[in-house]
Amino acid sequence: MNGGKKGSFGKRGAFGAPVEKAKDFKGTWKKLIAYSKTYLPGIAAALIAASLGAALTIMGPDYLKQMTDEIVKGLPALVGGQPFAAGIDFGAIAGIARLLILLYLVAAVLNFTEHFIMATISAKISQKMRTGISEKINKLPLKYFDTTSYGDILSRMTNDVDTVGQTLNQSLDTLARSVTMFVGSLIMMVYNSWVLALTAVATTLIGFLLMAITMKHSKKYFSQQQDGLGDINGYIEEIYTGHAIVKAYNAGTKSKVAFENINAGLYDSGWKSQFMSGLMRPLMEFVGNFGYVAVCVVGAALAMNGTITFGVIVAFMIYIRFFTQPLSQLAQSLQQLQRTAAAGERVFEFFDAAEMEDESHKPKLLSNVKGHVQFKEISFSYDSKKPVIRNFSATIGAGQKIAIVGPTGAGKTTIVNLLMRFYDTNTGQILIDGIPIQNVPRENVHEQFGMVLQDTWLFEGTIKDNIIYCQVGVSDEEVIAACQATGIHPFIKSLPEGYDTVLDDKTNLSVGQKQLLTIARAMIQNSPLLILDEATSSVDTRTEKLVQSAMDKLTQGRTSFVIAHRLSTIKNADLILVMEKGNIIETGNHHELLAQNGFYAELYNSQFS
Amino acid sequence: MIKILKYLTLREWLMSFISLGFIVAQVWLDLRLPDYMSEITRLTQTPGSAMRDVWINGGFMLLCALSSVVASVIVGYFASRIGAGFSQRLRSLLFNKVESFSMEEISRFSTSSLITRSTNDVTHVQMFITLALQIAIKSPIMAVWAITKIAGKGMEWSMVTTVAVLAIILLVSVLLVFVMPKFKMMQALTDNITRVTRENLLGLRVVRAYNAEGYQEEKTLAANDELTQTQLYTNRALVVLMPFMQTLMSGMSLAIYWIGAYLIDAADLTGRLEIFSNMVVFSQYSVMVIMSFMMLIFIFVLMPRASVAASRIHEILDTEPMITDGGVTESLDGHDGEICFKSVSFKYPKGSEAVLHQIDFEVKKGETVAFIGSTGSGKSTLVQLILRFFDTSSGQVFVGGVNVKDYKLSSLLAKIGYVPQQAVLFKGNIRDNICFGDTGRGYVPVETAAQTALADEFIERLEYGYDSPLSQGGTNVSGGQKQRLSIARAIARQPEILIFDDSFSALDYKTDRLVRHNLRTAAKEATVIIVAQRIGTIMDADQIIVLDEGRIVGTGTHLELLASCSVYQEIAKSQLSEEELR
Repeated sequence: MNGGKKGSFGKRGAFGAPVEKAKDFKGTWKKLIAYSKTYLPGIAAALIAASLGAALTIMGPDYLKQMTDEIVKGLPALVGGQPFAAGIDFGAIAGIARLLILLYLVAAVLNFTEHFIMATISAKISQKMRTGISEKINKLPLKYFDTTSYGDILSRMTNDVDTVGQTLNQSLDTLARSVTMFVGSLIMMVYNSWVLALTAVATTLIGFLLMAITMKHSKKYFSQQQDGLGDINGYIEEIYTGHAIVKAYNAGTKSKVAFENINAGLYDSGWKSQFMSGLMRPLMEFVGNFGYVAVCVVGAALAMNGTITFGVIVAFMIYIRFFTQPLSQLAQSLQQLQRTAAAGERVFEFFDAAEMEDESHKPKLLSNVKGHVQFKEISFSYDSKKPVIRNFSATIGAGQKIAIVGPTGAGKTTIVNLLMRFYDTNTGQILIDGIPIQNVPRENVHEQFGMVLQDTWLFEGTIKDNIIYCQVGVSDEEVIAACQATGIHPFIKSLPEGYDTVLDDKTNLSVGQKQLLTIARAMIQNSPLLILDEATSSVDTRTEKLVQSAMDKLTQGRTSFVIAHRLSTIKNADLILVMEKGNIIETGNHHELLAQNGFYAELYNSQFS
Repeated sequence: MIKILKYLTLREWLMSFISLGFIVAQVWLDLRLPDYMSEITRLTQTPGSAMRDVWINGGFMLLCALSSVVASVIVGYFASRIGAGFSQRLRSLLFNKVESFSMEEISRFSTSSLITRSTNDVTHVQMFITLALQIAIKSPIMAVWAITKIAGKGMEWSMVTTVAVLAIILLVSVLLVFVMPKFKMMQALTDNITRVTRENLLGLRVVRAYNAEGYQEEKTLAANDELTQTQLYTNRALVVLMPFMQTLMSGMSLAIYWIGAYLIDAADLTGRLEIFSNMVVFSQYSVMVIMSFMMLIFIFVLMPRASVAASRIHEILDTEPMITDGGVTESLDGHDGEICFKSVSFKYPKGSEAVLHQIDFEVKKGETVAFIGSTGSGKSTLVQLILRFFDTSSGQVFVGGVNVKDYKLSSLLAKIGYVPQQAVLFKGNIRDNICFGDTGRGYVPVETAAQTALADEFIERLEYGYDSPLSQGGTNVSGGQKQRLSIARAIARQPEILIFDDSFSALDYKTDRLVRHNLRTAAKEATVIIVAQRIGTIMDADQIIVLDEGRIVGTGTHLELLASCSVYQEIAKSQLSEEELR
């Protein structure tokens, strides 16, 4: 009879499953405690309630014992060789029963209160963590995301926070209750009969020795099974995703062989780990039954001697359950604490990542910017080993157009990253209207730029929301005007909901249409400087024309930096930056660069031959 | 749920029946324990009984407990073997089935859904079966048997037990009604907060450029609030369960003893002892009855999820692929490498409008044919008909003079080297990725294939060269490198026909040109089909076919089309300047 929490039954086997270990168990718990500071009084109250509830529960069997003894008085006994039975004192029994009912009710209320507090607090802590992660994302430098995958961050936000919440909800109070139950029932047992208490402890110890041995052996199969599951899921994902290729290359047979191999291995580790974890329940039952038998027999012997009353046996039958149950729960909640620490560690790791410098003290110097940009001997490298830009200088007049060209992977976005202060230069300065951009807060720099990227970014919301985005005081007329200028207005009008159409994964916008929407968004922003990333492919000719003319309109009167793929842009740019393998290797205008007959000339000519 | 059981083998059924026997034995043994207890009770309360009898009864009790644990270990052994074996078979059946699917079935189910069905759903079913074999069978037997054992022993006690069972059922049903819908919502709410956060992460640069951090955080906050409220609701509702159960069990024991006192008092002297020992035993049995019901409830809670998983698995296993194998293995003599479309129309099974209308063309061996047109013009669909990823709605496709439907699929595909728009690579090393699948004849040396695709340079710079490992999806090489490997893979199988489905747009102009140049010598025997967006890629093809909204609107060489085809002119003008057009 292992009551326990049924909720944890189906998921990871309560026993034997490999528990993710935190690298720093203590440190993480310290951080977690500090993080939950406001909830500590609540948690303390819950723990006290849990212990009190457990203590009351333990007192129960003792009263049940008294009641049994009252009943036994009604049993026939040999008095002078004649069976004789005294009457049962119903007054006494009713008294005990009333006390017991009170006891049970108070214990129930205490338990309920405690569970309620913990359920509330764990949900609140999870909420706080999720909010924290969401805010942290926007405080981290972009550099952080070069080495961390989005999936990893999302997994911290959902899986890890969930684990922290769930385990907190289950572990701390269980721990308090189990310890109280364990110690309490031990005291009560010794108090009632030390011989029986010894019997109970001895049998339980034997039982748990058995369990420890099984647990130790099952661990291996568990991690094998986890690995096997990971392998097979990975393989299925890979082959299904590449189905067209597997099919076209007749690779079906080979992949089936590989699959069956993994599958057979998984069967082996699968049934073994299932079997091993399945052993726990019968073993627990056996420990219970074994103790039960021992208590009955030894108790009977003692009762026949007259050393104890029969009521003690009745009490012990319940005590043995109170005594064995918390032991397994103790083991469980210790594992839970480990899992809390492991998941919590990943959350705190994210919280502890270095943030961008706080710039709230810097004055917002940039306003009414004309659009004069100067690169002054800037050098930059992503990893401080390989310099990407070395001593680059250039002066760009207001309203000029700068094209950045080069093969894929040449590092064209580096310039964008530096201009927007997504990254800071190592040495040298970038000046806008003569003001170094490091001297003003990042937001002030961002305000000066409109940005249209190749990977169009739209979010779930109406078309209007997507165009206005976070800008305030934009009228409907301005939105429509921007869309008319980009040429997307007729399309939006043709939608049944018009500007209120909600964009989600079901709406089918072409790449070009999405691009037009982001251009409209940049138009509304109306910034003096502009960053444009032209699309390369996947846009049909008609939309491509629209996008071109929309982009041309957008660049009018603005200093613009264009990651260029189109000849028209490149040719009439005031300055072309040619990049290769992360370096700016040539600069100049179209004619100058062709005259150099270098990389640019080769790149340019290779397009048509 | 029941339907899926047909995939159990005879041996597994047999194992199930054997374990059923052991379960019955186990229940019998478990229920014997209180009997001995009652005997011991009688002995202690009967004046003058021998200690020896107590020990004997105790010995039997221990034997029962031991036998019971042995029985349940045996049941556990069978259950885990059956569960693991069953899930292995399901996975294997699913994998083979999905492998046999054509693109039509794949797109009907969607890849991600197929993956979930083959992984998570199988795990759910396995877990349920293993659990059901041990608990779902045992609990009702236990409950019924225990009830029959105590039924005759005291009406009043049975009433108390019944009330307790009813109370549990009532509470759990109420909880299920109120909490279950919220539990189902929880997944959607978690997905919601993931979506909002992913949105923020994907648009990191835009968010910062627009100083929209606060705007995004507010969205997350709203999603977070909603999730937390639901979590609080479910967490708090479940809080009732544990204290309630505990109080109920304790209360039941109390009631049995309290009532017992009256029963004993009412009985005559000789009957009193029996009632007393019955009372002690009854309180044990009633706990067993309640526990059995709890276990059953637990199974009922898990059931819907497993049953949904099972029906999702079933759906796949019951689907027959639309594309069936033919028998022809060789092309007609003298027609090697030829492709011919005869008034082909095509409509996606679910789509209402035809994607291709009356397509007619012929390609001779060694020719290069290019398809160009705006997105949605049907270019990719057209080349996929050659690979028989789909079957035509009307008209015929001939490869090597034979209708593609008459080929043995593997023989048809062995003739073709296909490079898709998105390069797909597999976990393994570079060599295995280039010499991929099965050709039935062998491969071009891997170095030669890599050279032709201009992949040799970067491969040789890698630490382990051609044996360098690729991660799943090839995420450890760049996009351009992936595409070059994907091209090398097509070249390596010495195909009669090479199909490039918009594969060159991931390459820069220079690489694009050089690879095509290399192909002219390395694969001069092969018929080449190119789908492209860039005019530069296809200008020198022997034949260019211009598609617009699923129809052929022009056929000819670059210069012919420039003169005659308005759609082609439009495309050309948007990409090239006047001087370059000439």
